[in-house]
Amino acid sequence: MAKVVAATGNEAVADALRQVNPDVSSAYPITPATDIMQRFTSFVSNGKVKTEMILVESEHSAMSGCIGASAAGGRVMTATSSQGLALMWEELFIASGTRLPIVMALVNRALSAPLNIHGDHSDGMGARDCGWIQLWSENGQEAYDNTIQAFRIAEHMDIRLPAMVCLDGFIISHSIERIEYLDDAAVKNFVREFRQLYPLLDMEHPVSYGPLILPDYYMEFRRAQAEVMTKVPKVVLDVAKDFEKISGRKYGLFETYRLDDAEVALVILNSAAGTSKDVIDSFREKGIKAGLLKPRLYRPFPYEEVGNALKNLKAVCVLDRADAFGGSYGPMFADIAASLYPYRERPLLINKIYGLGGRDYMPSHAELVLNELVEIAKTGKAKTLKEYIGVRE
Amino acid sequence: MATGLTLKELSKKEMLLTAGHRMCAGCGAPIVVKMVLLASEYPLIAANATGCLEVSTCISEYTAWKIPWIHNAFENAAATISGVETMYRSLKKQGKIDKEIKFIAFGGDGGTYDIGLQSLSGAMERGHDMLYVCYDNGAYMNTGIQRSSATPFGADTTTCPAGDVIQGKPQQRKDMTRIMAAHGIPYVAQASPSHWMDLMKKVRKALDIKGPKFMNIISPCNRGWRSRTDDAIMLSKLAVETCYWPLYEIENGVTKVTFKPKEKKPLKDFIKPQGRFKHLFSPENEGMLKTFQEMIDREWEALLKASGAE
Repeated sequence: MAKVVAATGNEAVADALRQVNPDVSSAYPITPATDIMQRFTSFVSNGKVKTEMILVESEHSAMSGCIGASAAGGRVMTATSSQGLALMWEELFIASGTRLPIVMALVNRALSAPLNIHGDHSDGMGARDCGWIQLWSENGQEAYDNTIQAFRIAEHMDIRLPAMVCLDGFIISHSIERIEYLDDAAVKNFVREFRQLYPLLDMEHPVSYGPLILPDYYMEFRRAQAEVMTKVPKVVLDVAKDFEKISGRKYGLFETYRLDDAEVALVILNSAAGTSKDVIDSFREKGIKAGLLKPRLYRPFPYEEVGNALKNLKAVCVLDRADAFGGSYGPMFADIAASLYPYRERPLLINKIYGLGGRDYMPSHAELVLNELVEIAKTGKAKTLKEYIGVRE
Repeated sequence: MATGLTLKELSKKEMLLTAGHRMCAGCGAPIVVKMVLLASEYPLIAANATGCLEVSTCISEYTAWKIPWIHNAFENAAATISGVETMYRSLKKQGKIDKEIKFIAFGGDGGTYDIGLQSLSGAMERGHDMLYVCYDNGAYMNTGIQRSSATPFGADTTTCPAGDVIQGKPQQRKDMTRIMAAHGIPYVAQASPSHWMDLMKKVRKALDIKGPKFMNIISPCNRGWRSRTDDAIMLSKLAVETCYWPLYEIENGVTKVTFKPKEKKPLKDFIKPQGRFKHLFSPENEGMLKTFQEMIDREWEALLKASGAE
């Protein structure tokens, strides 16, 4: 039977990984993701999993080891944050280009300099175009559920791509919440046996991984990779349907909150969405038609579906917990703008940058933004397209 | 049944790196790789660091490798093969695989001495059952002969060119074999394709030992050394006979010189046929030649001392 526990986000992810029981994990400690691997290695030491660990000397080697292990022919996972993800950069592209379904928990943390260990989305946003599937999680429950679903999505025969599950550093990774765990057997049954295609360890059928591909075929190869990405949303929805059957919890490409008849809305990722929903409720009580959209599948980004969900609104604010320097707007703003561009009639868009380096996102921030959206909806004019909020001037 | 290490017996074995690869004519690397693969009595899986060997042996959609092979990136052949080897152990423990398989990583000196040193050191310390083979040609030959920490003293490369002020590489080369030995791993060896029997015996011994092993094999590069295309074996022989590249092994901490030249030839014999050292023979660089010879003498004596021979 499923059980209800009080657990941190990291604990829930570690437990999900225990239940999935991968063949190999290759990992390196980094705050705030360290805790996941500490918990997981205690499962290894106590015989709770069959996993063989590779306790490497850097994140670059962590992902290199994952790539070798996955190509060899088995289920592989790891976890990291921030600088760790940055050091893996080169390998992220090699994992996706080689079509290896590695699953990685990314406990979102700010990037240096200056050094900061707290939660923001600079790491995950920087890695959004590296060919990995990205699932973002509002709370510990979603981090747990996404971790389990990530294996099924990544390993699906139409996909075979690596996937990262993002959760907010400290805010979610280290906070205790009420979380429902599935049975070990239910998870095992859900993720199924994994069989690698063309495993290196198949000595009877020797294969070469990682060829040099010159201009004559490189582009066809890349296009094939792009086409695989287009198949991901359907698989994500199919896997969510199966997951609902065993958990009773519903997942989509994104979550909408009181959005159907809304006139103004926030688009916001991860933990800050929870805070925002409370404020939306209070605005609704005042008779203001406010709503929210929280992306879940961020890569590939479901442009059509998101555009369709937002097109009838009057004003929308995209809140980014990362900036894209020199790109004028935050990374998510650019995606939301692109998803609305095909529509002649579309909402006015503004962009706020919040919560960098773990700066608290308060209900008052959501109120400020919603009041501004109400004003924009009324006047049809936005004063400032992009600004930082919750910051000293 | 073990195959004898005789030419007659070896000639019956299948070549696991096929002809038709795109390595330069006269390159030492494919000779080294063929010898290593031929010496093995076990099924092998190889990882390959980015470099000459890698780009020339697997250009889509062809591969010269008859064994399972993986190229990941430049600096991580050791970490990559450690992932393969760990998956093997996991699946073996689970009863999903029962075959005895051995794991080899190939890297050039750039991928071994420099950018791959951390990954290699980590894999050795973790104790994976693997053999790492460095084919050392003494520079970044694949990108066009730039200096590496394996480049010998005084050598002219495209990033330490011999000029009016600087006469080639000012520094002594890194002693990678000893760095690997310092990891306390069960087997470390230095070999040369000129002494093929010695090389293959070492490979065989290494593969029979459980745990991490390292072999450093000199691999002449006629493009970078600016030597004749048919001189690879002659030059690797001279490297051994001048004691520039001594043949030795360190097994469980015990150093053994496996070939001691009857008469140690002067270093000049090895470097004279190579264009990369041409400037050292001009009268004003006489001092550099002397310094270079002294470096080699010092290293050779230290090796003899370590082996208990002196």
